[in-house]
Amino acid sequence: MQDFGAAFGLALHLIATGDDNLLEIVVLSLKVSFSALTLSCLIGLPLGAFLVVRPFWGRGVVVAVLNAMMGLPPVVIGLLVYLALSRAGPMGWLGLLYTPTAMIIAQTLLIAPIVAALARQVLEGLYSEYDEQFRSFGISRLRAAAALVVDGRYGLVTVALAGFGRAVAEVGAVIIVGGNIDHLTRVMTTAIALETSKGDLGMALALGIILMSIALGVNLAAGGLRSVAERQAYA
Amino acid sequence: MPERLRPLSPPAVPHAAQPKAKQAAADRPEPSPRDRARPGALRVEGLVLEAQGQRLVDIEHLALPAGGVTMVMGLNGAGKSLFLRLIHGLITPSHGWISWGEVPCGPATSATQALVFQKPVLLRRSAAANVDFVLRARGLDRATRRDRTAEMLARVGLEGRARQPARLLSGGEQQRLALARALAIRPQVLLLDEATASLDPASVLAIERIVTDTARAGTKVIFITHDIGQARRLADDVAFLHRGRLAEHRPADRFFVGPQSESALAYLEGRILL
Repeated sequence: MQDFGAAFGLALHLIATGDDNLLEIVVLSLKVSFSALTLSCLIGLPLGAFLVVRPFWGRGVVVAVLNAMMGLPPVVIGLLVYLALSRAGPMGWLGLLYTPTAMIIAQTLLIAPIVAALARQVLEGLYSEYDEQFRSFGISRLRAAAALVVDGRYGLVTVALAGFGRAVAEVGAVIIVGGNIDHLTRVMTTAIALETSKGDLGMALALGIILMSIALGVNLAAGGLRSVAERQAYA
Repeated sequence: MPERLRPLSPPAVPHAAQPKAKQAAADRPEPSPRDRARPGALRVEGLVLEAQGQRLVDIEHLALPAGGVTMVMGLNGAGKSLFLRLIHGLITPSHGWISWGEVPCGPATSATQALVFQKPVLLRRSAAANVDFVLRARGLDRATRRDRTAEMLARVGLEGRARQPARLLSGGEQQRLALARALAIRPQVLLLDEATASLDPASVLAIERIVTDTARAGTKVIFITHDIGQARRLADDVAFLHRGRLAEHRPADRFFVGPQSESALAYLEGRILL
């Protein structure tokens, strides 16, 4: 354990000096996870709102499936995307395996259900309040869904941040479809796994500190937004 | 013209709560033949709403004049709010016929009506954006929306509050905003469900003035209230509901002098009749 102090010192040194290798990994991580989050919101928010405003036969089943998908293990998603994108797979001709695009696809599949399921929960409470007034004014379902997303914006930011936290911290999916290739598909989590097994604890710890800082920052931002929303009585 | 929307079925439950003496037809403030085709003329025949084997609303016949203010009164649970939602088309009745100016109740009639709830349902946006939202849903262009929004906010005395978050307004201001939004669609019928129930006297007065002006301008107003003073101030005619039934419907001056149904008399005297 005498390594620990040295490793910690090296980690702080790497962060303080803005080590190029470290920076490259952090930037790629954020790029991949933000792209996945954007796609997930484009899919998940309308889906969540649609599930609220449009009653249909079997909606309960869809919601149950969506909720269950929130707990999907990242490695399983990684495996499925790997099968689809591998050379023999149905989308192998795209040549996307071991690229950041493949990682974005995998993370999108991982967090889109989370965004959709949590958005549905947030918007459902709002809709129970608006429903009768909307029907009285003859508001169409499409317009009602859009209004819910706009009015639920503060709650939905929290939902998005939860999705981002999950994406940026997962390792199973990106390591399978990305392959942890240096300078190409190496992100924070896969690098931590690799550096730890190599014994380069300084680099691993530096990445770990940054990852945790991001998680903390994201949560502080969510809390700040919430208090703004409460001050404006929008929560 | 179809006579009925849905087949009328004979009541399954004996009418235990039937008023003893049937109200004389001549005494009812019904629309004149000329008025019957106007969009504010409500006609209800054999209206029944049942849920879990209970008859929540059971109104054999009611016809309201096409204009003026009709106050709907009755104890809690008398079916007033359900009645309002039925005639607005928010709830589908179990049986019966509802029409507005000879047009069956449906999307076409409810589009010309606005309902203000006891607790205002405001969007989490500015006051002006709340009014703009319903105007945009009606497909009005930007310039018209802007002018109409300003006009309506001024009408309810909220012109200085346009950009404030709607939910930071006081209770009375919120209800006035809800009223401005309802009036923005230029409804032919304005429905109010205890819209002043939890407001201070000044706010109540402000809303009553707007409602009176609206009625004078030709909009039919149907207003649920528990406030006898308010009913006296506003009513042209009063429909009194008791346990889901229409106990009586009479011109206001005659209703307040001497109601004919036992339940209305008890209500006005402050007795509880179960």
